[in-house]
Amino acid sequence: MKLELRGITKRFGALTANDAISLTVEPGEIHALLGENGAGKSTLMNVLYGLYQADEGSILLDGVEQHFAGPGDAMRAGIGMVHQHFMLIPVFTVAENVMLGHEQTKAIGRLDLAAARARVREISDRFGFDVDPDARVEDLPVGVQQRVEIIKALSRDAKVLVFDEPTAVLTPQETDELIAIMRQLKAAGTSIVFITHKLREVRAVADRVTVIRLGKVVGEADPQSTNAELASLMVGRSVELTVQKEPAKPGDEALVVRNVSVLDPNGQKVVNNVSFEVRRGEILAIAGVQGNGQTEITEALLGLQPHVSGEILLDGKSLIGLPVRKVLDAGVGFVPEDRTEDGLVAEFTIAENLMLNRSTGEPFVKGGTLQLGYLNEFAEQKRKEFDIRTQSVQSHVGRLSGGNQQKVVLARELSRDLRLFVAAQPTRGLDVGSIEFVHTRIVQSRDAGIPVIVVSTELDEVVALADRIAVMYRGSIVGIVPGDTPRDVLGLMMAGEKPTEVAA
Amino acid sequence: MTDQQIPSPSQAAPIVPDAPEKEPGESRWHAFVREVTQGSVLISVLAVLLSIIAGGILIAATDEDVQRAAGYFFARPLDTFRAIWDSVAGAYSALFQGAVYNFRRPGFAAGIRPLTETLTFATPLIAAGLGVALAFRVGLFNIGGRGQMLIAAAAAGWVGFALDLPFGIHLLAAVVAGIIAGGVWGGIAGLLKARTGAHEVITTIMLNFIAFYLVSFLLRTPVLQAPGSNNPKTPAMKETAVFPDLFGPGYNLHAGFLFVIVATVVVWYLLNRSNVGFQFRAVGENPHAARVAGINVPSVYVWAMVISGALIGLAGTAQALGTIKTGFGSGIDAGIGFDAITVALLGRSRPWGVFAAGILFGAFKAGGFSMQAAEGVPVDIVLVVQSLIVLFIAAPPLVRTIFRLRTPGASQRPSRRRKAVAR
Repeated sequence: MKLELRGITKRFGALTANDAISLTVEPGEIHALLGENGAGKSTLMNVLYGLYQADEGSILLDGVEQHFAGPGDAMRAGIGMVHQHFMLIPVFTVAENVMLGHEQTKAIGRLDLAAARARVREISDRFGFDVDPDARVEDLPVGVQQRVEIIKALSRDAKVLVFDEPTAVLTPQETDELIAIMRQLKAAGTSIVFITHKLREVRAVADRVTVIRLGKVVGEADPQSTNAELASLMVGRSVELTVQKEPAKPGDEALVVRNVSVLDPNGQKVVNNVSFEVRRGEILAIAGVQGNGQTEITEALLGLQPHVSGEILLDGKSLIGLPVRKVLDAGVGFVPEDRTEDGLVAEFTIAENLMLNRSTGEPFVKGGTLQLGYLNEFAEQKRKEFDIRTQSVQSHVGRLSGGNQQKVVLARELSRDLRLFVAAQPTRGLDVGSIEFVHTRIVQSRDAGIPVIVVSTELDEVVALADRIAVMYRGSIVGIVPGDTPRDVLGLMMAGEKPTEVAA
Repeated sequence: MTDQQIPSPSQAAPIVPDAPEKEPGESRWHAFVREVTQGSVLISVLAVLLSIIAGGILIAATDEDVQRAAGYFFARPLDTFRAIWDSVAGAYSALFQGAVYNFRRPGFAAGIRPLTETLTFATPLIAAGLGVALAFRVGLFNIGGRGQMLIAAAAAGWVGFALDLPFGIHLLAAVVAGIIAGGVWGGIAGLLKARTGAHEVITTIMLNFIAFYLVSFLLRTPVLQAPGSNNPKTPAMKETAVFPDLFGPGYNLHAGFLFVIVATVVVWYLLNRSNVGFQFRAVGENPHAARVAGINVPSVYVWAMVISGALIGLAGTAQALGTIKTGFGSGIDAGIGFDAITVALLGRSRPWGVFAAGILFGAFKAGGFSMQAAEGVPVDIVLVVQSLIVLFIAAPPLVRTIFRLRTPGASQRPSRRRKAVAR
């Protein structure tokens, strides 16, 4: 099916989120929509999906103008959407989720689960998805859950599929699998709109690229353009894609982690006898596929995990068993993996978030009273220093873009007197410009002599930042290797193989 | 996060890099306007307005004169309208005269008496409303107001009639006893939540029953029961323990109202200016982030419930030592523990909002009786109006639709997604 968007304009009050955007997707074409966070990609897709009504412009399918009052109309017309955050019910089975919303019933309203199962099997087999219709969704890995979303869209005969940042939640392997799936769908004649800001994926899969910036189409690009070309189109200026850093000048051992194991609430060992040390002025990257114990080890460092055994020494002082407050006071800075959930209070102002973990004493609190004047000055200063783009430091943090939110977290952590800096997935979901900023800041802290731990599932990030790399697999460290270790060796280690030539 | 955040108008600024700097004064004004137009101050006011209109319709529909006039509506339609006007205006002016100022009484001193009645009724409502509001801000739903009030009244009452202490000290001791008792009763629910994860809605409801039957039992034993009486009722409070009248014996308004003003200031300071309140609010908005920021979340739950219970305890104390000085039974809470939830909602859980909402509800209570006496409008109409207020407040989109207001800029972000599926 051929999809045409003609001059779509969508305004929200004074803001024009989409300004006369036109886009054509030919049948069997993968059209990448590239743009920074906040460029208007999702707004455009929400217009296409009937969630918003365009103020101007029209949507055409195979040359016929469409008017969608809601997602139901869009679905009937053959548009399917795979959302970034899955719209699945965790306790339902795959088949139940797929039939949800257009359930077929037999006599007296009995659900026809057999038909749904058959439908799932049929689509699953056609594209080699390998999805069990009777598996409960919550038991499935993220990558498979995404396939369930795709099956859901296909089961409604979607001819145009929209993938909204589909790889944000995937591991590198799952991303490769998704790319293969997209190629298959394309071969079967499905038109695909692929929203992303990851340049490598665009180059891997897209037939055409449209770049959006600040609500406008800034141009079409050849998918074979270099990363730097695509990035500068997207951001509107040239972007540093590799991190400029001097070789590390490691000092003394600052953090020593010895034989640390972590048990989860069910008594399962999620971190198994892990040992490493970090020196002042070096970045240790902890690499690995999501869910191999990296989250738990960082949480153990901060005192967020209740069942930790072994030894964690920071400058000779044990951190194990200390409450989070004391760990923070010991000088540990922490950028949590999920900034909206664990790093920020969305309804608090930027200023309030900047003192979130310093609410017990000076300089923000004197005699139990908040020092609002000082807080404001501090916030204004950090806003400039960290280039937090906002109208006022009194704006709610929840209204900032992901990149600016992360800058608030960084500003808070880096303005404390740090003796250790732990950054978990510091650039997850960020656009190119923000990634550059965050990486620069991390390297700066290293150069200031702070020991840094970066946890990342993105190999690019690990390779860009690390002075040494610890690879985790199933709760254990497979090996600790130098920062210039080739990617293929790291990839093997992430799959649990211990290369013989690598000394742990 | 994706660019889903664009959609709302008020978010326009953050993504525009070169947004012009605003003068500090202007931005404060801007924030105020935004709060009023998009926040729920306006919603609260409109909800009250809508409820009064709906109440007026009910008053007119049930009025006999209106019904009679409507019988010959097509012959003389004006009669119907006049009857409607008479009934509604009569009822609401009676409400006003019963709650604020009675023009039929000679002189200011007598005319203003209804207002003091309103404030008397408002006193426990504000105190308990502050308690519920504070718990709301910490993300807790304290519906144990009844139990906390009963326990507090019993403790304050016991100190008030059983002990002999000098003037001043006696009152203070009784008030402190009531506040502590309420705090302990609230704190139990907090402790259960912090230690075991038991939901405070369940535990506070159960503690209501425990408190009610405990106090009922004590009212049958010499601990609380008046000597030589068969009624489950305490003796009268000693003169040294009651809240003194503020304007002499002709008015019911007592010094408990001053305590409530102080409590409002204290709660305002606590929530908005102290670091304890900062931690309270952080836990209320996002306990995960609060925990990562080193805030002891369980301890916040306990202390928030203690303070919430203490404030509601002040309401119980004001009832026992101020409003009903002649001894009380197990109905001393008078449903205030539940009305307090409404007051907190109408006041948007802001201390001064609660103060205003408490006075409004006090006015309804004071005026409702004179409305019934003067115009024969059943006092239940007031309850209907109060309930409608809650309904409208609970459904802001409804009010926005009726008045065609813009939806505020908060984007619906699936921030709890991680819990939902992605694991």
